[in-house]
Amino acid sequence: MVLKAEPMLISMGPHHPSTHGVFRMRLVLDGEVIIDAEPMVGYLHRGIEKLAETRTYTQVIPLTDRLDYLGSMTNNWAYVLAVEKLASIKVPERAEYLRVIMGELMRISSHLMAVGFLGNELGCTFTPLLYMFREREKIMDFFEMVCGQRLTYNYMRIGGLSHDIPEEFLPAVKKFVAEMPHYIDEYEQLLSENEIFLARTKGVGILPQELAISSSVTGPVLRASGMRWDLRKADPYSIYDRFEFDIPTGKVSDVYDRYLVRIQEMRQSVRILEQAIKQLPPGEARAKVPLLLRPPVGEAYAHIEAPKGELGFYLVSDGSIAPYRCRIRAPSFTNITALRDMLIGWKIADAVVIFGSIDIVLGEVDR
Amino acid sequence: MGLLAHFQKWLTENGVPHWASYVVPALAGIIVALLFLFAMIIVFIYLERRGLGRFQIRPGPNRAGPFGILQAFADFIKVLTKEDITPTAADMPVHFLAPVVAFFSAIMILAVIPIQRNAFITNLNIGILYVSAISSLGVIAIFMAGFGSCNKYSLIAAMRGVAQLISYEVPVLLAIAGVLLISGSLAMRDIVSSQNIPFILLQPLGFLIFFAGVASELNRSPFDLMEAESEIITGYHIEYSGMKFALFYLGEYGHMVVASAVMTTLYLSGWKGPVLPAALWFIIKMILVFLVFLWLRATMPRIRVDQLMSLAWKFLLPLGLLNLFITAAEVLWQDNMGWKQFPWPFVFLNLGLAAIFIIIGSKLLFKTGGGRVEV
Repeated sequence: MVLKAEPMLISMGPHHPSTHGVFRMRLVLDGEVIIDAEPMVGYLHRGIEKLAETRTYTQVIPLTDRLDYLGSMTNNWAYVLAVEKLASIKVPERAEYLRVIMGELMRISSHLMAVGFLGNELGCTFTPLLYMFREREKIMDFFEMVCGQRLTYNYMRIGGLSHDIPEEFLPAVKKFVAEMPHYIDEYEQLLSENEIFLARTKGVGILPQELAISSSVTGPVLRASGMRWDLRKADPYSIYDRFEFDIPTGKVSDVYDRYLVRIQEMRQSVRILEQAIKQLPPGEARAKVPLLLRPPVGEAYAHIEAPKGELGFYLVSDGSIAPYRCRIRAPSFTNITALRDMLIGWKIADAVVIFGSIDIVLGEVDR
Repeated sequence: MGLLAHFQKWLTENGVPHWASYVVPALAGIIVALLFLFAMIIVFIYLERRGLGRFQIRPGPNRAGPFGILQAFADFIKVLTKEDITPTAADMPVHFLAPVVAFFSAIMILAVIPIQRNAFITNLNIGILYVSAISSLGVIAIFMAGFGSCNKYSLIAAMRGVAQLISYEVPVLLAIAGVLLISGSLAMRDIVSSQNIPFILLQPLGFLIFFAGVASELNRSPFDLMEAESEIITGYHIEYSGMKFALFYLGEYGHMVVASAVMTTLYLSGWKGPVLPAALWFIIKMILVFLVFLWLRATMPRIRVDQLMSLAWKFLLPLGLLNLFITAAEVLWQDNMGWKQFPWPFVFLNLGLAAIFIIIGSKLLFKTGGGRVEV
């Protein structure tokens, strides 16, 4: 008797616990092995780029919070940077330092979530995730101190920040910065040498460097493939040229390297925070900018190293109070274009792990 | 003679009809066993949820009753009032019977567990054979559920489940054979009485193999591939709701209770222990075994299906054979020297050997990482 066998088509998502929202993977399976994969996006499209055209420049800032909701501060930052470039606004020194402090705190928080959910996708029953939530809570408390929000901060303004920091902020962050390396050691104790963790991540989901570059992958995923590319060094924006820090890179470009790069980036962020707190000058936290800003006719592109990769805003001004066009270069969206090449040949269990190691947020993918 | 046999004799002596003297003790035994099982399931669920909370720096359920001890009852009421949904495309009888099979196989094993000097229902002279036979029934339930639900995720879980059970039955039985060689009996009661030194010390390698195998058969982390929430969304019981789901849940914890009891009997010298009553010792040891399972669940990620297979066939099976060989040699040695029981030096010898074999085995036999298939 000849068995009639055919590949099984499984639609992983949009309702699936491991797809970080409403992402959908159309997998063709031969037993457990993935023989074809197709990422499908668009379930969370809200038309933020189009909405931006109907709002004044300041009113767009809260919209950017909703892109990558695990990195709202950096989204704000990329947008205001683009507007400041468009209107040639000089930002006060103190505001620049505070932006760096917020940005690095946001990076730590976002990487904590990336590593924690990676643990969850590996089947850790929430333990690493909840340990990481403990530190993320503290960072969210800091943000709550400065702007009253815990998820969508809306803190940056064109020409600075909405408020200066309150008194209790700096001592609390100093304490956190002193404790954080110890906590990172704790995560590494739980995961880095765990035999099953190594078995599940080492050599899994390799993304060759050439492929990473040609599909314009950025952020920790690119750095894990051995490419030393970080906009904070490669094209220093704000005041990043004043700080001393390293760019961690990986060698094999597998899931484990992406994990390690994120862990080491958290350590580097702590280093930057230490320096920024030490150098923080007194002064104004916001430049004098008219409420209804009318930038001169023209266009500007500003990009920053967001926790997930290069986040860029391209703005076109027609001289009115609203941008004529706003285009967002979202790192999550660009990074999942390499997903198919990473998935083929691996098992279903690896699919969620590889997907998790890219660390995307659907709010940013679909915009 | 078991308690039930005494009860039956007492009934016949007091003029109860012949047929009733069989039916009444049997029903009594079933009720006692069920009550014990339910009580232990509630204790385990409570320990699991609170313990997991402690591992994860959160309080765990603490609202229903003092310290949350009524949480299991609250969950039960909630699940009872849920709508029972059956998919239209499901294979009705299979889909309906699967949770029943899952639960009843747990109860059946309990019949021969010697909680104190006597078992619940009967001191079967082939106790451990019976246990290993019935415990394999659990996977039929998983296959029925996975196949009958008409869901692709469930089907994957069912295939994983069958492959997993077939693989892990072998090392588990090899580990049990080591115990049987030393105790010289298949009866659960005699295995306990022969443990002057708990077999966990005489059979450390066997214990670890048994533990890994049982964790896999129980579908516990790190071997919980059949319900892998992050991959196949709880797998075989994805299409179950209401009371059917509750039966699966009870069955899972029922198997946990039974497995802890079997492990206590085989390796932790069962009811034996100073001062406290025998049954209490048994329950304490069961809970200790369960806490180790809980600890593993809180710490470990899940392994992948091909790694699961290679762990069973390339690592546990060779070590199980080695363990059996060494045990046989030691038993032969003991017989030749005419010792009444195993002497203490054997404990250190076996612990040393276990450590050496595991280190060598993990370096040579079992490789992790990678695993891509060319397509």
